[in-house]
Amino acid sequence: MESKLNLDQAVIEEARRASKSVAEEVQPFIDENTTVSVERTIARLLGIDGIDDVDRPLPNIIVNHVRESGGLNQGIAYWIGNAMVHTGKNPQEIAEAVSREEMILTEIPAQNRQEVLQAVTAKAEEMVEHIKMNRQKREEMIETLGDGRKPLLYLIVASGNIYEDVVQAQAAVRQGADIIAVIRSTAQSLLDYVPYGPTTEGFGGTYATQENFRIMRKALDEVGEKVGRYIRLCNYCSGLCMPEIAAMGAIERLDVMLNDALYGILFRDINMKRTFVDQYFSRVINGFAGIIINTGEDNYLTTADAVEEAHTVVASQFINEQFALKAGLPEEQMALGHAFEMDPELTNGFLLELAQAQMAREIFPKAPLKYMPPTKFMTGNIFKGHIQDAMFNLAAIWTQQGIQLLGMLTEANHTPHLHDRALSIENAKYVFNNCKDIGDEIEFKKDGIIQKRAQKVLGDAVELLDQIEEDGIFKTIEEGKFGGVKRPQNGGKGLEGVIEKAEGYVNPFIDLMLGGDR
Amino acid sequence: MAIEKVDLSNVKPYGDTLNDGMIQLSFTLPVPYGEEAKESARRLMLKMGLEEPNVVNAMDLGIGYTYFIVYAKSSHTINYNAIKVPKVEVERMTKEEVEEFIDKKIKRDVVILGACTGSDAHTVGIDAIINMKGYHGHYGLERYKGIEAYNLGSQVENEELIAKAIEMKADALLVSQVVTQKDVHIKNLTNLIELLEAENLRDKLIVVCGGPRISHELAKELGYDAGFGTNTYAEDVAAFVIHEMLERNLV
Repeated sequence: MESKLNLDQAVIEEARRASKSVAEEVQPFIDENTTVSVERTIARLLGIDGIDDVDRPLPNIIVNHVRESGGLNQGIAYWIGNAMVHTGKNPQEIAEAVSREEMILTEIPAQNRQEVLQAVTAKAEEMVEHIKMNRQKREEMIETLGDGRKPLLYLIVASGNIYEDVVQAQAAVRQGADIIAVIRSTAQSLLDYVPYGPTTEGFGGTYATQENFRIMRKALDEVGEKVGRYIRLCNYCSGLCMPEIAAMGAIERLDVMLNDALYGILFRDINMKRTFVDQYFSRVINGFAGIIINTGEDNYLTTADAVEEAHTVVASQFINEQFALKAGLPEEQMALGHAFEMDPELTNGFLLELAQAQMAREIFPKAPLKYMPPTKFMTGNIFKGHIQDAMFNLAAIWTQQGIQLLGMLTEANHTPHLHDRALSIENAKYVFNNCKDIGDEIEFKKDGIIQKRAQKVLGDAVELLDQIEEDGIFKTIEEGKFGGVKRPQNGGKGLEGVIEKAEGYVNPFIDLMLGGDR
Repeated sequence: MAIEKVDLSNVKPYGDTLNDGMIQLSFTLPVPYGEEAKESARRLMLKMGLEEPNVVNAMDLGIGYTYFIVYAKSSHTINYNAIKVPKVEVERMTKEEVEEFIDKKIKRDVVILGACTGSDAHTVGIDAIINMKGYHGHYGLERYKGIEAYNLGSQVENEELIAKAIEMKADALLVSQVVTQKDVHIKNLTNLIELLEAENLRDKLIVVCGGPRISHELAKELGYDAGFGTNTYAEDVAAFVIHEMLERNLV
C-alpha cells in the first residue's frame, strides 16, 4: 500500500524494533511462571468440566487441591497424567473423585514419567484435534455460506439473559450484523472462576459460560444459514480467567475474542504479572483456534484525551502486535483497537480522526483493525449522537477498517434496544455503500493537517516506545503512561495466583499448539 | 421571549404553533410489519391520550417486530406553576471562587475521594469531575488549589472506600454510579450509607453521589447529602462540598 500519510518507514521499523525488545524482556518472566488460571485452562483442555454440589467448577477444585499440597509448580497436567496412569481413569473421572475427596493426587505414587507424559499428551491431542476441526469448520462455512463485507459490522447484545440475547442477536443478524458480541456481566473479569451453565441473570451483560457460548453459537449458525453469510461470535477473555475463557472459546468455535492484558491491568486493576502470564497462554490458544483477538487500546481514550494521548494508542498497538507474534498469533488475527473519541466540538477533529485511522491502517496493513465508536462524548442527545456515529462510519470506510463496532445513538442512556441496533446498522450501511471507494479516490494534501498530524503522533509513539524499552513495560505501567492510569507491579488482583514453575513442569498444549501441524 | 403568551397553568407541547400539542415518539411493537402493525401503533397512541397519531415511518426489524416513528398531539396539559423539583441549593461558583472560599473560610486543604463503587467499571463520570483534565473545558478537582482530590477508579468496594476515607482523613466522598441495570446502583448506594452509619462516620463526612440516572431527590432519599446528574462539572460539586462543610461546621 502506498502511504497516503507520507509516513517514514524507518520510523515504523524503529517502533517495531523497540516493541519487540519490550515484549522479549517480559517473555522470560512469562516462561518461568504459571498461574492458577493457566492450570485450570489445562484442566479444561484435558476435558474437565462441570461443578460440584455447591457450584464450584471442577477445574478450580482440582487446581486448588494440588495447590494446597504445594504441587502446582509441577503443572496440573503432570498430576492428572500421574493419576491417569495409576488409576486408569480419565481426567474428568479423576476430577470428580477429587471433588468427592476420594482421591489425593499428590499422594498417588509417582508413575513412570514417560508413561505419564504419554498419557496426558494423548488426552491433550484429542482436544487439540477438536479445536483444529472447529477451525476447519469455520473456514468451510465461510467458504460455502459467504462472508460479510469489510468493515464487518460488530454489534453487542447485553440483556443478561442468554435466551433473550439470542432473540436480539438473530434480529441484529437479519438487519445486517456480521459479528455478535455478548457483553459480559459487569465484574465477571474479576471472578477467579468461570460460572457454569446457561445463565439468565446478569448486570450490564451476560455471563461468559461455556453453555452460553454453545447456545449462541448454535443460534448464529442457524440464522447465518438463513441470511447466507457466516456470522462470527465474539466474547471476552480479559480478566482473571483469560486463558480459560480462550479455551472455552476455542472449544465452542468462537471467532473473535477480546484479549488484552494491558486492558485488564489498567481498567480492571488486575495484577500485571498475573495477567501477562495468562495472556500468553490465552493468545497461544486463540492463535491456534484461528480466533481473531481484539485489543483494548480504544479504552485509553475513555480516560485520557484522544488528541493528546493518541500516541499511547499507537505505542500500545505496536506492543500488542509483538506480544501476539510471540504467542504464534498471525497478523491476520490481530484486530488492534482504536477509537473515534475526540471531542466533537474540536475544530477539524474529523481530520485528526482520519489521520489516526489511516495511520493504523498503514502501519498494520494485514491486521483487521477494530474501530470503536464515540462513547465519551455521547450525551443522551440521540439525534446528535446518530450524526457522531455517521462521522465515525465515514472515517471507517474511508480508511478501510476491518471490524466496525457500531455506535448506538442511545449510548450513555441504556444498553441497546432492538431498534437502536437497527438504526445503527442502517446508518453504517448507508455510509459504507454511499462512500464505498472514497479511500481509493481521495489523497491527502502533502504536509497538510492530516499528514502532519499522523507524522507527529507516530513520532511521539516511537519516542514513548524507546522510553518503554529503557524502563520496561512494568515500570511504564506503574508510571501511568497508558490511559493515565497508574498500577503498581505487585498491586491489583490475582498476584497470589502466580506460581513459579519447578524443574520438570508440564504443559503439553504449548508445544502442540505452537509447533507442528497447525 | 415567546413565553409571555403561554398559560403556564395549562401547558401543552409545542411543534410549530402554540398549543398544537405535537409530540414525536419512536418505539417497537412485537408484531409483524404491515398495515395491521401501523394501525396497532396508532391505536396505542390514542389509548395514551395522544390525538391524531400519524405513523410517519415503520421498519421491519427482521424477527417479526416492527419499529415506528410517530407524531401525535397531546390531549393533556400540565400546570407548570405547581411544579416543585428538589435541587442542590447552592449558587454556582467558578474554580477561582471555590479556591478563594477555601483559602478564606476553610483555611486548610479539603480532602475529596471519588470512586466508581461496587461492580461499576464506568469511570467516565468520576474522571470528568476529579481528573486534572476535567471535561468540556472545566478542569477537574485535582487541579484546584486547596483541594486534595483522589480518584480511586472503578470497581471499588464500599468497605475499601471507607478504609481509604479514614486513612486519608477525607472531608467528602464522591460516588459515581453509571450502571443502573436491575437497580444495582440503589443497593450499592444504600449499602455505603449503612456502612458509614455503622462506623459512626456518616455525620463527619459530606457524601455525594452522581451519575446519569441520579437525581438530587433520589440521593436525598438514599441518605446522601446531594446527588448530581448530567451536565455537572467539578466546580458544582466543589461548591456544594465547601458550603456544606461550613454549614455543618466540619471545617
